Amino acid sequence: MTKITHFNPEDKFHAFLKTCGDTEYTTGPLNGENIAIKDNISTKGIETTCGSRILTGYIPPYDAHVITLLKKAGAAIVGKTNMDEFGMGTTTENSAFGPTLNPSNPDHVPGGSSGGSAAAVAAGIVPFALGSDTGGSIRCPASFCGITGLKPSYGRVSRYGLIAYANSLEQIGPMAKDVKSVSRLMEIITEYDPRDPTMINKPYHCRCDGELNGISVGVPEEFFGKGVDPSVASVVWNAIKWFEGEGAEIITCRMPSVEYALAAYYVTCTCEASSNLARFDGVRYGPGASLKLSWHDSFSERRTEGFGTEVKRRIMLGTFALSSGYYGKYYAKAQIARENVKNDCMRIFKDVDLIIGPTMPVVAFKLGEISDPLQMYLTDILTVPANLAGLPAISIPCGKVDGLPVGLQIIGKPFEDERVVETAYCYEQGG
Amino acid sequence: MIDENDVRHIAELADVTVTSGELKKFTSQFNTILEYFDTLDCVEGVTNERTDRCNNFREDEVTHSLPQEELLANASEKEEGFFKAPKVM
Amino acid sequence: MSRGGKLVNMIIGLEVHCQLDTKSKLFCGCSTDYRDDGPNTHSCPICSGLPGSLPSINKKAVEYAIRVAKSLKCEICEESEFSRKNYFYPDLPKGFQITQYDHPLALKGILTIDDDEGLEKIVRITRIHLEEDPGRLVHKGGVDRPKYTLVDYNRSGIPLIEIVTEPDLRSPQEARRYLQKLRATLEYLSVFDSEKEGSLRVDANISIEGSERVEVKNITSYKGVEKALTFEYTRQKNALRRGQKIIRETRHFVEGRGVTTSSRSKEMEQDYRYFPEPDLLPLRVKEWSEKISLPELPDARRERFIEQYSCSPIHAKTLTGDLKVAEFYEKVAKINPVLCATWVADTLLGELYYRNMSVQAVPHERFIELIAILDAGKITEKSAVEVLRNLLDQIKDSGICESPNECIVRLNLGKTGGDAITKAVGEVISEQKTAIKDLKNGKKGAMNFLVGQVMKKIRGRGDPQEINLLLEQALSPGDE
Repeated sequence: MTKITHFNPEDKFHAFLKTCGDTEYTTGPLNGENIAIKDNISTKGIETTCGSRILTGYIPPYDAHVITLLKKAGAAIVGKTNMDEFGMGTTTENSAFGPTLNPSNPDHVPGGSSGGSAAAVAAGIVPFALGSDTGGSIRCPASFCGITGLKPSYGRVSRYGLIAYANSLEQIGPMAKDVKSVSRLMEIITEYDPRDPTMINKPYHCRCDGELNGISVGVPEEFFGKGVDPSVASVVWNAIKWFEGEGAEIITCRMPSVEYALAAYYVTCTCEASSNLARFDGVRYGPGASLKLSWHDSFSERRTEGFGTEVKRRIMLGTFALSSGYYGKYYAKAQIARENVKNDCMRIFKDVDLIIGPTMPVVAFKLGEISDPLQMYLTDILTVPANLAGLPAISIPCGKVDGLPVGLQIIGKPFEDERVVETAYCYEQGG
Repeated sequence: MIDENDVRHIAELADVTVTSGELKKFTSQFNTILEYFDTLDCVEGVTNERTDRCNNFREDEVTHSLPQEELLANASEKEEGFFKAPKVM
Repeated sequence: MSRGGKLVNMIIGLEVHCQLDTKSKLFCGCSTDYRDDGPNTHSCPICSGLPGSLPSINKKAVEYAIRVAKSLKCEICEESEFSRKNYFYPDLPKGFQITQYDHPLALKGILTIDDDEGLEKIVRITRIHLEEDPGRLVHKGGVDRPKYTLVDYNRSGIPLIEIVTEPDLRSPQEARRYLQKLRATLEYLSVFDSEKEGSLRVDANISIEGSERVEVKNITSYKGVEKALTFEYTRQKNALRRGQKIIRETRHFVEGRGVTTSSRSKEMEQDYRYFPEPDLLPLRVKEWSEKISLPELPDARRERFIEQYSCSPIHAKTLTGDLKVAEFYEKVAKINPVLCATWVADTLLGELYYRNMSVQAVPHERFIELIAILDAGKITEKSAVEVLRNLLDQIKDSGICESPNECIVRLNLGKTGGDAITKAVGEVISEQKTAIKDLKNGKKGAMNFLVGQVMKKIRGRGDPQEINLLLEQALSPGDE
């Protein structure tokens, strides 16, 4: 049986690209709760733009797997949230439709790329949101906005319907004010989908009963290295001390591959993106191609007008890295580096259950504060290892610096998403 | 080091047009970024095993296609059930 | 082949793309049975490249490809993977084609064919890989002056197998024989239907020894291969004779005109930027090969036909060169298999070809009946051919035909009895005095003339040898 909820919020932080007004929902465990969806997740009948002009007007004829599951669970899909164009950014300033503001302080960015989802939750407009995380795009805005966001293990949630930016790295994940809500969403969105060949069938069950059970925690020195704001580091250390006080064993360790993890990440994601974004030719969807021009001229015109600067930059970087003569130097090397990151993590996990550190090396920047691309890329240094290694990782609030939230990152072994969530829950309850 | 000609070539390969202002900016940015990518030069190892997982198949079963009008619904130009694209040389 | 008296070697390698005859497409569940339906009626988010869709591999397509690889004695690779071949063209809805690149499914095989002297020749197979078919384009305003392009994704995502040879072929005729043998093999394996329009496409690399190689694309038929290569060989030979250099290029075969044309535009820079398809897991399917049992293949069937039906080697080869013909022959080889082989291989196939008909259209029982009547000596060979033609015309017109007996009665083609022939012989001897004189003077052609005159009287329904014999007896000196 269907009911209708009305959704027309005041959106003073520009969290939404579209709100749905009257929304139908059915009975189910989420019974009419509102959920906001990042605009790179396909929603049947609702415009889905990825924050890009090139997809303006695109109305998917199908639902992403996670949307089907949420609808079945009785959620009301109330709106699509703002994001860095195609997920390419750390601030949500790269949206073609203007930036989202941080509800903690509107002069600051909400983080990105799932900045709209984070702001919608942080501002209390919706209790739940879905984001996607390719190199930190759930955890960064969760950290900057002071909410909880989980990047599930690679393969834990179906990507079917997620408009690809970098397929081998990204996952859809839940964002909410508290850990229990994140866990509730995980129970729903992890249902198996044979249409995603990289997914494994492992239903999610987490009790969230607040028991730490004598865990051991690894703290990589590199997570407190160069570029990490000392006041952020000190807030995070306080959180780590709490775990110690609760009987957890804290082991400092080394993760030398962090040195090149970021380069491996940016090579991989730009290569994949350069190929993923080749389909936006204006023939099947999006603003139409000009039939007056020849195919190549029209395609080139479409892309030049449709893509923002950061997207162009990444497409060009990826195109270059894959081009004849450079594949070995960039893509192939990045895959070896990636293997090394994974091996580094697995070596650490022989001695510990979880890896803990800051989510972001800094608190939210001011709008427009960083204009140099590399300087911006470098702020992803602590989130990309979990993507490269396919590990589950959560960001939960652990304090503030200058009135801006700081996120604590907890990274788990592959497919041990439950343990990550359980531990975050313990901290949330007691920390 | 790459120069503006290289960037122009990359833009052509990527089928995007860059303005002369962008060209200057991209050239210097790409040089900084590519220099950073050189940290990968020190990475050692030869294996490139993507995953230990393999062989995920579907059975050869026919499922529903989209109705023609739904498939074409987002296209700005169509003709008698076809999508319309610019001429190819 | 010669140039100025010296031998000139032609070097040919082929890349053959065949559609695999699965029910659904390679990466989605859309039906492959699209040929009778309107454009874009067999497409979904996956094969039309909608954002967010993901491919998943059709197991049957992999099985079929392994079947082909095994039959061509290839090594199945321990691990293979799909890659993206990136280029922008409106028939590629994703802006890349999912294919296999540096880790193909199988390597190093062979196919045995006849060379131009009729000797056995081994053609080496370099590799076999799987890939998806692009969509279909219709150029409005013609290829020369296009206005716009229509795009249909029904074909997009149909599984293709690409079979690449080493440059082992030496003439257009060899290339055609290779293709015919390959087609027969694929059909015996039940993985390919050559009668489906566009189910086979060939790219050919051809060079004259010592010169650059040229790639000819867009060949879509068996006959086209021989035509395209013959044209290209002549073009290259003439250019060399004029002292020009052959440039390395890609040319397009224009089937209608039988020529190849230079496709200059895209050629200057093709950088496909291959990398592994991140959405698909690698294949480790080597051991599947052991579990697959191959059916009887053309060579084995040919040997069996010689053995079991006493077919001549040449008939056996013709009959087994096409699965449907071989199956037809085995169904009809009931009464006199040797006679039957002759009739299928030498007569029926030609008549079918002339009418552009498939052997599948011919009802077995009608053909068996005709051979039985012929074998019993009730009609002459000439009449049998006439009956066959009549029956085939009827099938072509209406899909059905009368029985051979009905046809013989209707056309009055039954063999004329002995009395009528004897009577006719007597009449001819009394009428044709001059010819008989000629015959006695040793003029050989005279006898043929006399036989012809008798035949005329009995309207062709007699056996020429029998008439010959009767004439000889009637004119022998003892009777004078």
